[in-house]
Amino acid sequence: MSAFLSQDWPWYVSGLAIAGIMTALFFFGKTFGFSSNLRNICAMFGAGRFASFFRFDWKAKQWNLWFLVGSIIGGYIAIHFLKSPEPLNLSAATIADLQKLHIPFDGQLEPAAIFNWQFLLTGKGLLLFLGGGFLIGFGTRYAGGCTSGHAITGLSQLQWPSLIAVIGFFIGGLIVTFGLFPILFK
Amino acid sequence: MKAIKYILTGIVFGIIMTKSEAVSWYRIQEMFRFQSFFMYGIIGTAVITGIIVVALIRRFHAKDISGQPIEFYPKEKTWKKYLFGGTIFGLGWAMTGACPGPVFVLLGCGYSVMLVVIVGALLGTFTYGLIRDRLPH
Repeated sequence: MSAFLSQDWPWYVSGLAIAGIMTALFFFGKTFGFSSNLRNICAMFGAGRFASFFRFDWKAKQWNLWFLVGSIIGGYIAIHFLKSPEPLNLSAATIADLQKLHIPFDGQLEPAAIFNWQFLLTGKGLLLFLGGGFLIGFGTRYAGGCTSGHAITGLSQLQWPSLIAVIGFFIGGLIVTFGLFPILFK
Repeated sequence: MKAIKYILTGIVFGIIMTKSEAVSWYRIQEMFRFQSFFMYGIIGTAVITGIIVVALIRRFHAKDISGQPIEFYPKEKTWKKYLFGGTIFGLGWAMTGACPGPVFVLLGCGYSVMLVVIVGALLGTFTYGLIRDRLPH
């Protein structure tokens, strides 16, 4: 079992497993939407004093915060006990493209070249991590959902608004990949 | 004790996100460069399975574990908030290589720099809450 879990998962296994999480939450009487937690945490810290958007009963959404706590533990378990010894099987074309941006492929999940505090505490690092985080928090609430709420749950219900949101995700992603990165990592 | 089942579901989610490599900055770059079927396969399989699950729940009027019927609520029929908000989120997704779930999963994986992304994301959500009345929805 452990050997099975530790190898690289084929994409269809991962896809089925994600649908399983969504299904489990349906049967718990909840809905899969991770980014709502950002609003819950703001409300928990008293943001309701500043904006009516945060004046709601966040305790009713506590289940989602427990889900968040679990997801952190899950990441820890996966890295420490279920990690594949093989390097990430990234496509050669992506490796070549990133090489041009001076981000060498090191076989790990995240590029060590940028996922470190030394890079983070530069102007570019702050733009990428603090700025990127800001856009995630602002954009997901504006759109009313992220990958879990729109791309997975919304599309599963054939909701057209979610398709518009997903198209937006890609517009933003392509702007950064082909517009910002070539300038930032010149 | 009700918390336990959500923590356990979250743990499974965190393991899936890591093992699927959907948390990987590299994989997200590969996706936005259309250089591999990998991420599309994951999301596509999840959505196709999801469509079948939702159809079955509707067909059989399935009930949740507390006996309440499982219901789906239609999202607002507008486009601006989805397109503008979605695009803004897409910028952040590509920059950090992580959507909100993986931001926290990666923290568990030991990438402490994600703390800064989390602070940014909370500031972003807070700012949205402050100015949402002035934005086109």
